Amino acid sequence: MPKLPRVYVTRNIPKPGLDLLREECEVEVWDSDDAIPKDELLKHVPGIDGLLCMLTDRIDKEVLEAAGPQLKCVGTMSVGYEHIDVEECKSREIRVSNTPNVSTDSVSELTVALLLLTSRRLLEGVDAVKQGAWGKWKPMWLCGMEMVHRTIGILGLGRIGYGVARRLKPFGVSKIIYHDVCKVSYADDVGAEFVPFDQLVAESDVICICCNLTPQTKHKFNMVTFKKMKKHAILINSGRGGVVHHDDLFDALTSGEIGAAGLDVTEPEPLPASHPLVSLHNCIILPHMGSNTIDSRNSMAETAAKNILACFSNKDAIGDVIVYR
Amino acid sequence: MLYRPLMSVRISRQTRHDFSKESLRHETSPRSGVDVLTAAGCEITQWDSDDRVPKQELIKNIAGKDGLFCLLTDRIDRKVLDAAGPQLKVIGTMSGGYDHIDTGECKKRGIPIGYTPDVLTNATAELTVALLLATSRRLKEGMNAVVDGKWGTWSPLWLCGQGLDGATVGVVGLGRIGLAVAKRLQPFGVKQFLYTGNSPKEGAKEIGANFVDFDTLVKESDFVLGCCALTDKNKGLFNADVFKKMKKTAIFINTSRGGLVVQEDLYDALKSGEILAAGLDVTTPEPLPTDSPLLGLENCVVIPHIGSANMKTRCAMSELTARNILAVFNGVPMPCPLLV
Repeated sequence: MPKLPRVYVTRNIPKPGLDLLREECEVEVWDSDDAIPKDELLKHVPGIDGLLCMLTDRIDKEVLEAAGPQLKCVGTMSVGYEHIDVEECKSREIRVSNTPNVSTDSVSELTVALLLLTSRRLLEGVDAVKQGAWGKWKPMWLCGMEMVHRTIGILGLGRIGYGVARRLKPFGVSKIIYHDVCKVSYADDVGAEFVPFDQLVAESDVICICCNLTPQTKHKFNMVTFKKMKKHAILINSGRGGVVHHDDLFDALTSGEIGAAGLDVTEPEPLPASHPLVSLHNCIILPHMGSNTIDSRNSMAETAAKNILACFSNKDAIGDVIVYR
Repeated sequence: MLYRPLMSVRISRQTRHDFSKESLRHETSPRSGVDVLTAAGCEITQWDSDDRVPKQELIKNIAGKDGLFCLLTDRIDRKVLDAAGPQLKVIGTMSGGYDHIDTGECKKRGIPIGYTPDVLTNATAELTVALLLATSRRLKEGMNAVVDGKWGTWSPLWLCGQGLDGATVGVVGLGRIGLAVAKRLQPFGVKQFLYTGNSPKEGAKEIGANFVDFDTLVKESDFVLGCCALTDKNKGLFNADVFKKMKKTAIFINTSRGGLVVQEDLYDALKSGEILAAGLDVTTPEPLPTDSPLLGLENCVVIPHIGSANMKTRCAMSELTARNILAVFNGVPMPCPLLV
């Protein structure tokens, strides 16, 4: 009987994913809700054929070396893959896969939720109720920004950015503009207009960062950018924390250079509670919840598992980042 | 003829509002209600405070006035109307709700009431969606985890919530606000809209909503939204029986009036897992005391009645209220009369 391929899973993932893998592989799991420490990962990878990892696991030369030349694929249970040394994998002919699409709706929904949370000051509202600062109804208390007649700017009109644009349309926004590495044809479906980055920054009342973290996007939102934004503008980031220079953001928020910010992703993650941004009333921080629906997480686990199985049976995966055949 | 409206709150403060203290900056606001009335030649008596006028003060100051400009925090009952006198010609309330006014008594005395629906529809619908998402995606717990230092490294199973994709949304009261909420929810992938009320509504066609009875709505909906006006007939509509009929995974959102809900029953339902979570912009009483048991629940989000809270909307409400009052003084139809 041929030996079953060995797969190591770096976290306790939703059952649908594990069940799929167990049908065809010998599976070992880091049975915890917390991230696996590096030294443990190095101990468990020798001799494996496939590695199913999380975005918290840095898959670098050390890990790939420790696994051995029989390692065929690395599948991440995430859309982002900047934690995987793709070049190193390429040179060892290791397939890399991710889980696009299945979490798009959740992340788009969360981005809009975060935008509304910020624009309508729900954090201050919840706190006011808790601390007894809620008096009798007053006309001018806790007034926020309404979406009607606003210009929305999206950096990165990919699947998620498009999903955000679609969801914002019925709120009465007057204009949706976007910037990306190139124009996309489906922008017409939501009436989004391609503009240069500087125009996006200058004209938007709300900016949503929905792009990847790359050398080009790293710290793209810094003090120079904040100074060009409208003074009442709201910045929302559900892409990657590294797109925003956090110290500059703090200065911009406290000096009134921009109005408010909502972050689902930060640099680092987790952001320590002592970080200055956490204390600001006009900065809402969520602990990277983007895809946190039960359905999404189940789908991501299943897709990651299917990607690994596809590699072993020499088929196309749903989320091929690089592939060799 | 010099008309003398009584304003129960000092509205003019908004024009001197210190914008730099707001954490969100705003553009210049339109003229306030006071400006409109003053420009028309009215003599205005105002309660000079951001806090609501005590009953005794209201009774003292309303005597002899031709018009009353009030807020939802002012109970306009027989006592107030008697104190005003027979020359009181109009009441303008700066609100979409009118459960604080004895409308029967006003009708008897032939006093028309103006109110401010429509101008606050967008703001309130937007806030309802914000509150729904904050509740369904567990954002309060998320924000608290960051502040309390409980955010560990990313984990697949932590703080998972309910998505709107594929959900059945039940709107109790498909009026202006209910319909505006439903339109905003459509692109989130809602599978089916249900609604209930006194009669089917034209607007339902725009979102393909099915008119059903209340029981069907509460049994079949993943999200139940309270968007109807509060009347004598629906006070305490949401009680223990109704929460039992709802799905265990159901989420209840109320942005209409606190009186729609039997609050103790809601607490029990949330605590025992009869329903999944609730988001409230309105409560009984308002403000909700800090020792209310609802505030101790992770699966209950309470915000302080900010449905229509943005500058543009509040100024529009103020202006419309003034125009409602002036219309009666000038013998022309009100822009927004309350017809009950």
